Amino acid sequence: MSFGRMFFGVVRRDFLSRVRHGQDIVNPLLFFVIATSLVPIAVSPEAGRLTQLAPGMIWITALLSTLLALDGLFAEDYADGSLAQLILSPQPLWLLVLGKVFAHWLLTGLPLIVLSPLLALMLALPTSAYMPLMGGLVLGTASFSLLGAVGAALTVALRQGGMLLSLIVMPFYFPVLIFGTSVVQSAVDGVDFFPIMALLGAFFAFSLALGPIAAAASLKVGING
Amino acid sequence: MPSAISRWFHRLGSPRWFYHTSRRWLPWLAILTIALLVTGVVWGLGFAPQDARQGNSYRIIFIHVPASVLALVGYYVMAGAGAIALIWRIKMAEMVMISAAPLGAALTFLALLTGAVWAKPTWGTYWVWDARTTSMLILLFLYLGVMALGKSYAAREVAYRACAIVSLVGTVNIPIIYKSVDWWYTLHQPATIKFTSAPSMHPSMLQPLLVTTLGFYCFYALVLMLNTRAEIIGRERRAVWVRELLQ
Amino acid sequence: MTSAPLLEFQNISFLIEDRPLFQGVCGSLTAGEALQINGSNGSGKTTLLQILATLKTMSSGTVSWRGNVASNNIPYRREMAYLGHQAGLKMALSPRQNLLWCNRLFSLDRSGEQITSVLHRMRVLNRADLPCSALSAGQLRRVALAALLLREACLWLLDEPFSALDIEGVDCLVSLLDEHRARGGVVVFSSHHDARMPNVGVLELAAQAGS
Repeated sequence: MSFGRMFFGVVRRDFLSRVRHGQDIVNPLLFFVIATSLVPIAVSPEAGRLTQLAPGMIWITALLSTLLALDGLFAEDYADGSLAQLILSPQPLWLLVLGKVFAHWLLTGLPLIVLSPLLALMLALPTSAYMPLMGGLVLGTASFSLLGAVGAALTVALRQGGMLLSLIVMPFYFPVLIFGTSVVQSAVDGVDFFPIMALLGAFFAFSLALGPIAAAASLKVGING
Repeated sequence: MPSAISRWFHRLGSPRWFYHTSRRWLPWLAILTIALLVTGVVWGLGFAPQDARQGNSYRIIFIHVPASVLALVGYYVMAGAGAIALIWRIKMAEMVMISAAPLGAALTFLALLTGAVWAKPTWGTYWVWDARTTSMLILLFLYLGVMALGKSYAAREVAYRACAIVSLVGTVNIPIIYKSVDWWYTLHQPATIKFTSAPSMHPSMLQPLLVTTLGFYCFYALVLMLNTRAEIIGRERRAVWVRELLQ
Repeated sequence: MTSAPLLEFQNISFLIEDRPLFQGVCGSLTAGEALQINGSNGSGKTTLLQILATLKTMSSGTVSWRGNVASNNIPYRREMAYLGHQAGLKMALSPRQNLLWCNRLFSLDRSGEQITSVLHRMRVLNRADLPCSALSAGQLRRVALAALLLREACLWLLDEPFSALDIEGVDCLVSLLDEHRARGGVVVFSSHHDARMPNVGVLELAAQAGS
């Protein structure tokens, strides 16, 4: 189907042009690791207390590093003029946005998830919680990116857009944070976490339906600067 | 008569018509607002009976509850106007939407403030992370986000459309946020705090509350109208009729 | 020769912070006509082109194409090609990859030979498989013009098309414009040079004195 071809076309184009700027991929990861390392320093190195804080801290730093990376979702395309071509093309813009978000998530969200067990280890999270943490982060960071695309699109032409982007989209992230940390906490407590994971999945489905359409409308507005 | 309705709708969409007509409504709305608020407040503070457990401190609900109601209703007014603005490109809807944001934020802040004042004698602390407080706080963040966005663009038209999109996305999110915060709170509810929920409020307390709530609705309409009129003057200040008005 | 105008715009104004950048700009072009937008820096040449391309929203005015309102609808988009100040090329991809992407994005169905031939026409075939980041500004502009040729659009909206081109490039672009017009195409382009070509209408955008 031509929708699929177009989608993978965008993913491939974005992946190829981003993967050469390796540092842009490494930076959010470094932020993720450094910010999480601040917790034991600021609170306590004692394993018991860290275990208590770990689910929340890992989720908050994951949220913040996703937000920082989101700033670049449309920035390069705006700067080199190709965003105008995307908007003027006869393709459905939501599809192009979806492809861009997916490519962006592959390069920023996925590495973060791969790295998360390391941070879980540093924060003394029980190993039984690793898989729920990673599974939750897959759905959670994807939802962050999909909804965040709206903010990134609206602020694409603004100076100091990054801060504004955070202000706009962070309130939308509360449900993800609630469900995501609960999944990990349930796993730590030995409770069945699957129902909460399903809620997280439902929110992901909601973001998937809403995000690209709203972001496409936002791009047409945001490019006006 | 669909033609008469569409003509009325069309006229309502004209800033100039709205500006002139609303001037006739303003005094009546102002009188109604003052009458309802004064009646409700005097009734509630002076004549309604004391609460058996909370004494007189419960009386802040005559402000707190209407402010909370209007804070949430205000978001839907803003988003509804935003939707109309996006779909039908009606200028008036854009201006109503942008005028509703600071008003809603102010009411949300008032709800949080009166909530904190009420919490001190009831729970012994100004701030409690209970479900309703947290939801209100998130609502305030949503409003502040829209306001920040509205100030960030060089062209007004762009700011209007950006705010409309964000408030629409916010609207579909609000029920989810509220449900998830409720659920989060039941998970973490500390045992020391008991809700003084009054499912069956005594009519002698409920009646003044209804009056102040109605008063707040009128107050909301009044301030929204004033804000919108100011926005009209700002936006249309190059139009001939506004220049004549300002001379 | 009297024929109905293809592109027509009337009373276009654009406000920034409630101050007009320009007001009441009008123009109309029939098949084969070209319009040069002149004006100093900051007079709004780029903004006007972006408005014509439906990228920016005008404060008031109308743009119509073949008699219909040219909102950002697909029939207009298929016939219109916009080349902005930024070339719209991905630096990490090669010129050929960029043209293949353009082919797919605009559903053009051009063959590989056609892509090679437009690159050859713009004399960048020897750079076709290097990443665009290795090309000079003038070469990038040539690649962007090759993408424009590939589109075979009827209306060209070009923002400063002559910038960064060398003498050979300028000659090449002039002949492209002539051919396009001979085919019945329409061109609107901006320039802050006074390099007027023959038979080109001129629209002067005067910088508005702040009122």
